Amino acid sequence: MKERAQIQLLPDGRRLYLHDGPIDVILEAFGASSEVRAAYEAAGRRFVSLLDELCAELAILRQPVTRESARPAGTVAQRMVAAVTPYAARSFITPMAAVAGAVAEELLAAMTRAALLKRTYVNDGGDIALHLEPGQQFVAGMIDRPDRASLFGTAVLEASQPVRGIATSGWRGRSFSLGIADAVTVLADGAATADAAATMIANAVDLPGHPAVFRVRARELAPDNDLGDHLVTQGVGDLTAQEIGAALDSGEAFARTLLQEGLMRAAALHLRGETRIVGLPLQANPVENPAGDRSLTDA
Amino acid sequence: MPDDDAIRCDACPVLCYIKPGRLGACDRYGNRDGQLVRVDPHVVLDRALARGASVVPFLDREQEWDGNIVGAPKAFVTAIGAGTTYPDYKPAPFIISSEVEGVDMVTVVTEGIFSYCGVKVKIDTDRHLGPERNLVRAQGEAVGHVTTSEYGSQMLSLGGVRHLTGGSRREGTVTCDTLLNLCNGKAVELEVEEGASVVVQAGKPPIIDEVLEERMRVGCGSATIGMFAKQWFGKVDEVVVVDDHITGVLSEHQAGKLLGVPETGIKIKGRRSTPGRYFQVAEPGTAWGGTNIEDPLAILQPFKSKIAWPGLRLLMVSTTGEHHAYFELDETLRPVRKDLPATLSESVARIKENCEPALCTVLFMGGAGGSLRAGVTENPVRLTHSVRDALTRVTCGGAPVYIWPGGGITFMVDVSRMPENAFGYVPTPALVAPIEFTLKLEDYADLGGYMDHVRALSSIMPDEGHRHVTARPENPWPLFPAKTPGARS
Repeated sequence: MKERAQIQLLPDGRRLYLHDGPIDVILEAFGASSEVRAAYEAAGRRFVSLLDELCAELAILRQPVTRESARPAGTVAQRMVAAVTPYAARSFITPMAAVAGAVAEELLAAMTRAALLKRTYVNDGGDIALHLEPGQQFVAGMIDRPDRASLFGTAVLEASQPVRGIATSGWRGRSFSLGIADAVTVLADGAATADAAATMIANAVDLPGHPAVFRVRARELAPDNDLGDHLVTQGVGDLTAQEIGAALDSGEAFARTLLQEGLMRAAALHLRGETRIVGLPLQANPVENPAGDRSLTDA
Repeated sequence: MPDDDAIRCDACPVLCYIKPGRLGACDRYGNRDGQLVRVDPHVVLDRALARGASVVPFLDREQEWDGNIVGAPKAFVTAIGAGTTYPDYKPAPFIISSEVEGVDMVTVVTEGIFSYCGVKVKIDTDRHLGPERNLVRAQGEAVGHVTTSEYGSQMLSLGGVRHLTGGSRREGTVTCDTLLNLCNGKAVELEVEEGASVVVQAGKPPIIDEVLEERMRVGCGSATIGMFAKQWFGKVDEVVVVDDHITGVLSEHQAGKLLGVPETGIKIKGRRSTPGRYFQVAEPGTAWGGTNIEDPLAILQPFKSKIAWPGLRLLMVSTTGEHHAYFELDETLRPVRKDLPATLSESVARIKENCEPALCTVLFMGGAGGSLRAGVTENPVRLTHSVRDALTRVTCGGAPVYIWPGGGITFMVDVSRMPENAFGYVPTPALVAPIEFTLKLEDYADLGGYMDHVRALSSIMPDEGHRHVTARPENPWPLFPAKTPGARS
């Protein structure tokens, strides 16, 4: 079934859309047209076998990472494991926490190996891998709730900064979350590490045992989910200003630890309209077009 | 891992177990009552695109990418600019095949030359545009006529073969020009014989005698009484809703009787239809409620002195709330105009609020004639039968059409659902409109189609000039009518 993967140029003629199973990627490369074409062909070639490789090792990737864990063979799987290993000692985490970012990174690597590009983004469902040649920059739009695409700000990412990955996590998103953050956006050196950090910080924005938070065992929603018996957030009722503050305090403290350890560069934490920013240079510049019908990252 | 009620999805190698009412990891496949179902396939893509744009294949099979962004079957070729072979009975310029869900579909694309065509215009207004059957002129030439009044609207019928070819050369040319502009969404100024001047533009409010019509009425005068009687009850003794068609009077109207509104001794000019409903209270016009009156008291006769009383409160209002006046009777039972009390201004505002925006809407109507049908098949009547049997779908620039019952292929299409500048003309004079016939390849062979002229969608694109337009999300996808490209489940 090699026909399964869809690889299409979007009607603007510039962006490439790749879809296979649960993976939806939009990417765009900038550079000489022959280079862009070579990069898109490389991305397409890498993409067609990617989901099969991942699924072959799904059993390993759904298990928490420990010293004794089996090492996967696939390159995407290895990126996932590398990204979550720093968290393994302190809490429950499986490589699946970094799957989207790792896929984005893998496609970006295939493109930059094949072609000389000025700048490139690979956006896998909101987790984004970036390539920037010296002097280049991207403007990233930021959303405060993944289920409602409205930009609350933009961040300028310069080649001179180390940031090459952006990821967003929250309970309203496509994946389950153990916390109550509406969204946590993280900038990190790579997309997979950003993905893992966003997942963990979003889990830390929490009010354990709070009666207004509706939680369900992940297994009851999706029997084969990697979170198994862990309680995942399915609804959040009324919270007082103090409670919102307390949940954000908890997430912010964890984010500062990660910042000190060099696991990420900046994070924006959102809960009920409240925003906390950790690290620099993530600034919420107001946007002119809050309707924001563009993709998360645009040139 | 297996769960009692979860089903295993085998759409991709992730092989999700999906519980009832939930979706798999992809958000595309779900468990609906134990059945694996695919929810709208465009959902995720639409999220990325933010609107229902068409997408085109890339790196399609072994075919090399040539930088061309056009492909199939998510592209549909409309007939706009396709050209025509009239009057030669040759195959239509494009006969295109594409595969939809494993079924080969062909779309026969041609631009039809329509001598038998016109537009039906619906103008949302209460104002009197002119007597029914009177001529409608453009640039001084007769291009159509006033037809029926509909609920809150006036219909015009413009064009048709008699104006296009039956009159003077100039009449035909001006008619063609008027139809072309209306169909392409441009504004056209029309003069109704013994009536108003109207600027008509599809999807825009009409401008009648230089006044922009903002709202269409909430109902006729009688209906307005029925809708608002309760809100008026107790706040005012009498209400007259002035309407050129049916003027309503609260105290006599059934709605007022039911509420126990006492008689007021009011006397209305005009012809009483049923209690509280009056016809012909004045002449038609462009003032109060589509009448010619500027002073609403002109439709009243003196109040009956035995019933009316000094201080009686009277509200007069038009069917859009645009005109209103408040009166109280003096000692001699003559209405004296006073400021509208706050308790009543609310109900007047409510009438306005319930009026929808007034629009002009334009439907193109044409008949697919012999030569056009002959361009589709060697046996033209079979095309008609195939359309009747719903084996062949007719679209106009990709927009859905209504096929008139009975013989022939006479259809109507809302021009605002078609791509921009979809219409053209020939000096015959006649209008050129796109028309597409879509049917299964095997059905096309059955009805005597030009099988040797059928080409793959991908093959026509590179060297023949073309323009890509985004499908309108409100239109069904022509190759796939059950689903709308932009729709979400």
